[in-house]
Amino acid sequence: MIRLEKICRTYLLGGQPVHALVDIDETVENGEHVAIMGPSGSGKSTLLYLLGCLDRPDSGSYWLADREVARLSDVELTDVRRNLIGFVFQSFHLVPRLTAADNVELPMVFAEVPRGERRDRVNAALSAVGLADRGDHRPDQLSGGERQRVALARAMVMGPRLLLAVEPTGNLDTTSGRQILDLLEHLNDQGTTLIVVTHDPSVAARADRVIVLVDGHIVRRLAGTDVAKTPNLLMAPEVAAS
Amino acid sequence: MAIGVAAVITLTALGEGARIYVIDQFASIGTNLLIVIPGKSETTGIPGVAAGAHDITLQDAETILRVIPEAEKIAPLVVGTESVAHGARRRQVPIAGTTRDFLEVRRLVMGHGDFLPAEDIQRGRPVVVLGSKLARELFPAEEPVGQVVRIGGWRMRVTGVLAPRGQQLGMDLDDIALVPVATAMRMFDRRSLFRIMVQVRGTAALGPVKDKVLKLFIQRHREEDVTVLTQDAVVATFSQILGVLTLAVGAIAAISLSVAGIGIMNVMLVSVSERTREVGLLRAVGVGRRQVLTVFLTEAALLSGGGGLLGLGAGWLAVRLMVQLYPALPASPPVWAVFASLGLALGVGILFGLLPARRAARLDPVLALASR
Repeated sequence: MIRLEKICRTYLLGGQPVHALVDIDETVENGEHVAIMGPSGSGKSTLLYLLGCLDRPDSGSYWLADREVARLSDVELTDVRRNLIGFVFQSFHLVPRLTAADNVELPMVFAEVPRGERRDRVNAALSAVGLADRGDHRPDQLSGGERQRVALARAMVMGPRLLLAVEPTGNLDTTSGRQILDLLEHLNDQGTTLIVVTHDPSVAARADRVIVLVDGHIVRRLAGTDVAKTPNLLMAPEVAAS
Repeated sequence: MAIGVAAVITLTALGEGARIYVIDQFASIGTNLLIVIPGKSETTGIPGVAAGAHDITLQDAETILRVIPEAEKIAPLVVGTESVAHGARRRQVPIAGTTRDFLEVRRLVMGHGDFLPAEDIQRGRPVVVLGSKLARELFPAEEPVGQVVRIGGWRMRVTGVLAPRGQQLGMDLDDIALVPVATAMRMFDRRSLFRIMVQVRGTAALGPVKDKVLKLFIQRHREEDVTVLTQDAVVATFSQILGVLTLAVGAIAAISLSVAGIGIMNVMLVSVSERTREVGLLRAVGVGRRQVLTVFLTEAALLSGGGGLLGLGAGWLAVRLMVQLYPALPASPPVWAVFASLGLALGVGILFGLLPARRAARLDPVLALASR
């Protein structure tokens, strides 16, 4: 599904170059569930945006579904985001003026899906996250967990093969957070590749594999089941040992 | 935007109203008229006062009627000012000397009594026809017809009173006294006519008759020392002047539309910066740059179009109000102004919406998502 080779991403912050990602090599198979961990500023969000084709690497190559992203035009990238990738954000990013159903419908409007089909798919997506009866509520009439479920329905409504989530439970209480993780895992079980950025070890522990980033470098690779056993998880092993 | 469109509509309606008003005024005199005025002015249009080598005499007027078959009626005109008195009441009014044909040539209507008698043009009987206001002022309680009034040192019998007519081309036809042309010439000691109005059979003959009249005067005076105006030339000139004026005023109002465009740009810039996160989200769910551009341009177009329609309504109301206040002015916005102002509003909105929309479309999705 994903192959990264020597990915570097540097940007300027106050005139100073910041090396957000340095020589990242990684492969993610179809249907995997991968968690990316790391302290703040480690580059984990940058990596996810890069994977989501919202950003481009300065060097290195990124193959997504056997296509090299660097070779794609802006229009083709938009097309990839539309059909191949779904996003879930920490702060939901729902449009406050639109109802839950309209928010879910949004990607299909711009993808020019016929109106009648849109309605059916919105209903199906909302049912899948257990919000079939909340379609006509606006975001401010929904709880945080419900909002994130609407956002998840929106992410899935175009049927993406890759689901990217940035701190999906970061703004939620434990119960709502667990519901969201259950839904994400359910989608993963059905074959959607799932990549979650988090600094919450309990979220990461549910992944097949965990990658730990520090200062733009991958410092650890471990299985999700090992997260609980690993002390000083967010440090490079040699630093942690010393 | 609404104010701009309203201004265009209202101002052009005013201009158009003025144009139609003037044309109506001329039409009320009759469109198949030739006006002969003494003196040769090189430019035609507004009747100029030019020193003529010869007077236009009553004989000239009679000859026109006799020699040119298409000349249906002639009304020679002599104008002066004199006081008209009845008993102790006295009123200074314009006195017009003319003939019986004047009634038809100027499309006048009698209130009661008779107009000036049909008689030899050279013979000036001491009779007078009063305008309705003048009659009311001199004879508040009495029937004026048959009474005698003094005009200057002359005693004249009132034969009739005109029906109220109002202003016509700067002449208040209600406050006027009409006397036979020969009488007026004696009264004011004139040998020359102020002008001759010739009513022509059918509008088509206007041009040929104009040439014939000119030729006649060259023959009689040995030089071209009169100016012959056709009614439509005068109307066309006025219509053109007022048309240009309407356009100019409309253009000035259109400037306010462009200013409104700046307002649209401001609103849109604020809208874009407030919704940066939404733009980021749209880009993340696979909305292209062009689609984002279209979204914001559509919004600008809706904004300006809505404002334009609002202005159209406001302008229409303003015009209605004007017509209520001044019923004489047939103010109505020209069709071109309605479409031009709406089109301009939309165009300006889209033009000024372009910059904010492009800014939205060019946002970096990652930064847009992270913005607060």
